[in-house]
Amino acid sequence: MTTTPLEPSVGVSAPAGGSSRFSLSRVLMYLALLVAALFFLLPIYLLVVTAFKTPDAINLSTAWQLPKFLNWASFSDAWAKVGGNMGNSLFLAVVATALSAMIGSLNGYALSKWKFRGANTLFALMLFGMFIPYQSVLIPLFQFVKSLGLYGSIWSLILAHVVYGIPITTLIFRNFYADVPDALVEAATIDGAGFWGIYSKVIFPISIPGFVVVIIWQFTQVWNEFLFAATLASPSSQPVTYALSQLAGGQAVSWNLPMAGAILAAIPTLLVYILLGRYFVRGLLAGSVKG
Amino acid sequence: MKRLSTDRLWSMLVLAPSVLLLAVFVYGFIFRTGYTSLTDWGNDPAQAFSLKPIIRYIGLQNYTDLFTSSLNVRFRQDLVSTLFFTVFFIAGCLGLGLSMALLLDRNPKAEGLWRTIFLFPMSLSFIVTGTIWRWMLQPQGGLNQLFHLDPAKNEWLTSRASIWGFDWNKIPLLTAVVVALALLVVAYRAFQSAQRTRMLVALGCAALLLIWALAVGPNVKMLPAPEMHGFNIAFIGIIIAAVWQMSGYTMALYLAGLRGIPEEIREAARVDGANEWSTYRLVIFPLLAPITLSAMIILGHISLKIFDLVFAMTGPDNGATDVPALLMYITSFRQNALAVGAAIGTVLLLLVAIIIIPYLFSQFRSQEGHS
Repeated sequence: MTTTPLEPSVGVSAPAGGSSRFSLSRVLMYLALLVAALFFLLPIYLLVVTAFKTPDAINLSTAWQLPKFLNWASFSDAWAKVGGNMGNSLFLAVVATALSAMIGSLNGYALSKWKFRGANTLFALMLFGMFIPYQSVLIPLFQFVKSLGLYGSIWSLILAHVVYGIPITTLIFRNFYADVPDALVEAATIDGAGFWGIYSKVIFPISIPGFVVVIIWQFTQVWNEFLFAATLASPSSQPVTYALSQLAGGQAVSWNLPMAGAILAAIPTLLVYILLGRYFVRGLLAGSVKG
Repeated sequence: MKRLSTDRLWSMLVLAPSVLLLAVFVYGFIFRTGYTSLTDWGNDPAQAFSLKPIIRYIGLQNYTDLFTSSLNVRFRQDLVSTLFFTVFFIAGCLGLGLSMALLLDRNPKAEGLWRTIFLFPMSLSFIVTGTIWRWMLQPQGGLNQLFHLDPAKNEWLTSRASIWGFDWNKIPLLTAVVVALALLVVAYRAFQSAQRTRMLVALGCAALLLIWALAVGPNVKMLPAPEMHGFNIAFIGIIIAAVWQMSGYTMALYLAGLRGIPEEIREAARVDGANEWSTYRLVIFPLLAPITLSAMIILGHISLKIFDLVFAMTGPDNGATDVPALLMYITSFRQNALAVGAAIGTVLLLLVAIIIIPYLFSQFRSQEGHS
């Protein structure tokens, strides 16, 4: 996996001119960074101030001003509307992520340490599933879920996320295990360990970083997904993305409510990213394949 | 030896469920969608979900209708929209992503903080992004307010105006010309690397296409009357939001690439007397070319599939900002025209496959030899 470089680059010397710290080009660089940062942060500022305003204080001419006082009611109102869906999302994301991670780990181990002829071709065929537009499988999926009697239940979403998550989780684990020296596996073979012995004694214990990447990535993906949520779930099982789209799409919305809802829906994945961003980025870069 | 083969058996057994699931859920379902698209299921919406719907095989009729029937203007506009969207979205993400990566590569203070700021939208869902930007782009909302724009002139998501219109009847002609030009490039490349046969074949095909385009092309009519399609101004807001969400990803890719360039190479360029700009132009940018291609492919397939962002920003019913992925959803699950929906889904799959399959192929071809 070609994904080490985003760690803080220790030992890379600053470009020539470290002494001319106040040179014009440095000033311009910080200016450009600041403009870019504003582009990314201003929407968040507007999101937060709007969420804390009372509906009647959301006056378009004062959109950018801070609220007079913090109106937490937006959050409790939004929670009343999407709280249950947050619960659905949490259950869905936890169960689907756990299953995906286990399947991915075993697949990645089998594909990287027990290579057989055509393993790469098989893997490429698996990976294609990561890129297809789900619209091209949605109608049969819908029928299938219906025929199983799962339509409208959260298990239909779990099924879909686990199955269509197989490619990316397998990819991440396969690349992760590719960096584990084959000599370790060979030594274990000589000691008499077989497929499962090697997995449980050698591979699994050193898999934690791989699991962290996969769990973060998959949790974020499942939490954020929308198309399956809109087609396979019923009101009682809908995850938060769908509930939020309903909250914001209604007629005559007072904007504090969808903004508070957006914050609620964003907090879990945002927290994951802020606390464990390094691993998030690894999953991100793994998504650009590199076999 | 016995030992080894049981282990191999286990590895295949472990892979079997996943392979089986993907065979059914990806390839089987794609096949079923393909078959459904050749039927008339749901063309009479009333009986689409009846207990025993009468489904007839009608061949390619749904596809012919999508591309040529006057009832399906919306689909054709969606195709054009999604192509324009893809071009601007990719250009925006690459430009902004590369700029940010180059800035961060100059080792500013608090680099981690800048990176965190540029990347955080990636962790949000398109629904959250769409909700925020929908509010930003309200007629009298944040953005107009911030730049003191006249709300009457800047209808961000709802504008009906469109630019760069062209006649749908010219599509075969345009396609032929574009493909011919691409073949000419291939021929030129082959000429440069002295692959004579390849060059001649490419030249021959290009010539045939151009002759066709000159002689027959102008007379091909898919529709009785001209039908204009172009870039809907209403998409600008969605493109801004999409770039906001995804340019951090491009930045991460480029930054990984930049950090992968050994310092010695830059040193060597400097020793050879290259100034900063020519180091970038002659050494660094060429090394980043494969990353640009990867990024274009990944962003391209995301943009062809874009659905939730549009849904969140303008809802499913705004004609000006419709895309095929959204039309498929509405057609299948609102209008119950399942066969037509399946046809749209299949067209979408073909578009994505055109860019993804060569990519996957190129990523794995080099390895299969020594596995």
